[in-house]
Amino acid sequence: MSRKTLIPIGPYHPLQEEPELFKLYCDGEIVTDIKWETGYNHRGIEKLSESKSYDQVFFLVERICGICSTSHPFAFANAVEEIVGVEITDRAKYIRSIIGELERIHSHLLWVGLAGHFLGYNTVFMWAWKYREPVLDLFEMITGNRNSYAMFKVGGVRRDIENIKIPAIRKEMAVMRKKLDLLTGAVMDDPVIHARTKGVGILTRQDIVDYGAVGPTARASGIDIDVRRDDPYAAYSMVNWKVITAQEGDVFAKAEVRLLEMYESASIIEQCVDALEKMKEGDIALKINEIPEGIGTGRAEAPRGEVFHFVVSDGSNSPARHKIRAPSYTNIATFKKSCIGQTIADATISLAAVDPCYCCTERMAAAYDNSSGRKILNANELIALSMKRTSELRKSGAGHE
Amino acid sequence: MGFKDYCFRKSLWVFHFGGASCNNCDIEILDCLTPRHDLERFGILLVGSIRHADVLLVNGSINRRDKDRLLELYHQAPKPLLVVAIGACGCTGGIFAEGIPFAGPVDKIIPVDAYIPGCPPKPEAIIAGIIKLAGKR
Repeated sequence: MSRKTLIPIGPYHPLQEEPELFKLYCDGEIVTDIKWETGYNHRGIEKLSESKSYDQVFFLVERICGICSTSHPFAFANAVEEIVGVEITDRAKYIRSIIGELERIHSHLLWVGLAGHFLGYNTVFMWAWKYREPVLDLFEMITGNRNSYAMFKVGGVRRDIENIKIPAIRKEMAVMRKKLDLLTGAVMDDPVIHARTKGVGILTRQDIVDYGAVGPTARASGIDIDVRRDDPYAAYSMVNWKVITAQEGDVFAKAEVRLLEMYESASIIEQCVDALEKMKEGDIALKINEIPEGIGTGRAEAPRGEVFHFVVSDGSNSPARHKIRAPSYTNIATFKKSCIGQTIADATISLAAVDPCYCCTERMAAAYDNSSGRKILNANELIALSMKRTSELRKSGAGHE
Repeated sequence: MGFKDYCFRKSLWVFHFGGASCNNCDIEILDCLTPRHDLERFGILLVGSIRHADVLLVNGSINRRDKDRLLELYHQAPKPLLVVAIGACGCTGGIFAEGIPFAGPVDKIIPVDAYIPGCPPKPEAIIAGIIKLAGKR
């Protein structure tokens, strides 16, 4: 008779930098089921956003997640600019794209490092994080902070990239390519990494469609989606680049997609700074006096996939409703496919392979009464309430206007 | 030299508690351990269990779910223990202090020895804070 063992990972595990709890149900060494619990990171951002003015919301959304602290403002800016109905200046578009791509490079390097760490290959971890530092130095030079850049506002960007800074960016991108060559060579040719990641945590094309996964997770399984190309925003339609895909769907393919994407990002940055150099300095933001009533949706391709922001404006100074969907929300659900049937050692790298970001994904799990501390609604009741409200809306015909 | 000073004389082992944060401080803490900053040269090491730790590093605003767990960790830790609150959220709750699930900044829950402000604090600031703390003893 087989005995089932429950192995908890987390919530405050030294391997994870964020709090989350995985429950691996194991039969011997094989994982038979997986459950995860979040909520340790819930901060109530959507509600907070309704109490802040549009200018302040940018500082809030950039603190949804420290790694994608450009993608959320990007999507929010796209949503609000859709409500206002403005087209930002070309210079602002290029600056936005430069910041977005620099972030993609630092985020992917961070992932490569962490993946190496999960495999027990700490050399890759130290290398990747060492190469990440110059990117953060560039951020510090351009925006004044290593993370949380505060570059975006409605109608443009807050700071210009002056021409005097461009040679430093260009030089760093040239150096970065050499470092990427080294790192890509080390990862792609290493027999240990091949043995640990090939054929591990496979997600088929159908799994991706079923779970609605996005970003590099989907692209590694042969699904050719990228918001930057499919629904162009900022300067992505004005530069030449290509979407990287792989067919295998295993952890190695995900690493391959991310490593090759960094080259594309470097190339986008180079083309953007070339364009910036030919323009007049200072034309970075439009003056927007008020946000009219309306509904706006904004999408942006974060390093992990599509970020979606939905903003309802009632004509006042702050959003009436702000809905956020981060890419990890759908990507995390694919664990049900990728981890089951693996050994425990392979399950950890399969968990890490989608580059999950829990601080983006947190949802409310229970409602408490503030004065008595009593639980009013649990998770299932909340879901039932939400479904009831949706069906009511459907019947009344709202949302089909 | 008192007993407490004697305990913190040599390598400080650190347990990292990431509360409801935006991840930035967590990453800057990890960054301190990588080649550019390399905190390990001061004997500072991240450990996997609070029972091995001399320092409890807390970052992020603390929500209702974290509060009981932070208290439990504090009670499990061997004393004397240094508690360091990192980042704006760890010190005061920061931008999330008005949020619904917020359950008080760290120093309302457990006693804090050092505050390292910043959003996120630069690795240099984290190193300076920890060295100051170790030197004070």
